[in-house]
Amino acid sequence: MSILNLHNSLNTYLILAAILFGMGVYGLVTRRTLVGMLISSELILVASSINFMAFNRFTAPDPTVGQIFTLFIMAIAAAEAAIGLSITIAVYRNYKTVDTEDLVDLKG
Amino acid sequence: MNPSDTTTVIGFFTGDGFAGYADAVAGIVFLIMLATTLIGGIIACSAERLVRAVSGLALCFIGVAAIYYYLNSPFVAMMQMLIYIGAVCVTIAFAIMLAAPEESKKNGPSGPLSGPLGLITAGLVTMGMAGLAVNTTFSVLPKENMGEVKLIGVELLTSYSMVFELVSIVLLIAIIGSLVIARHGRSK
Repeated sequence: MSILNLHNSLNTYLILAAILFGMGVYGLVTRRTLVGMLISSELILVASSINFMAFNRFTAPDPTVGQIFTLFIMAIAAAEAAIGLSITIAVYRNYKTVDTEDLVDLKG
Repeated sequence: MNPSDTTTVIGFFTGDGFAGYADAVAGIVFLIMLATTLIGGIIACSAERLVRAVSGLALCFIGVAAIYYYLNSPFVAMMQMLIYIGAVCVTIAFAIMLAAPEESKKNGPSGPLSGPLGLITAGLVTMGMAGLAVNTTFSVLPKENMGEVKLIGVELLTSYSMVFELVSIVLLIAIIGSLVIARHGRSK
């Protein structure tokens, strides 16, 4: 298969989504701050959206369903970002830090 | 267009007249957008400063929007630009400005999974998912329609109206809840 015809292959999108998911996991386990973890979780969400859209185009009989599902994922991601922002600000106001290693009140 | 013709998936860029030329241009643009997505993702997950990470995230989202366009979904690509770049990235940038995480005394990652172990973890997850995706044969069903924007609107307000309303309520509760959480403890 030609390299210029990559956009007509399902595997391209699935591998791209897997790579983005791996980047999100890497950021999630290595980031020290809450905001960095929030950024990495957005990468994971977008990887799942790409998977939905790829199967939606190539295999699903009704291509509207996947698009609607991706729109719902976007809405949930926006809600998650808003909640994450407010939790980050509340944590910063109480602890004067957003470093995950300093937030050990529940560690026992 | 013949909807039952599923062996050749119909794309925006496969015209009839100058098909070869348009295909080549589409392929090159797709490769550029693929590189944009991957570079943005790498910046987003590994940059030292969080402002650069957010910029990389926005770059990654631009590439993903282009990829949605290649997946026959211009409406979702537009919503990706609006919601992810316009709302989510700006929200995270506000979080960085308000919580000032750059003032951390210790720099760089730490912890048991940082460094090579985290890289190995992410690599194993990626390899596992990619291998699973490549080695599976998916059954292709015949297309009922082409997924036009009009049909998305009709489906949203008929079959998925309940989910639509629930997502609206979730967003409303998220907005109110985030206001309450961020407001709490602010006495001045």
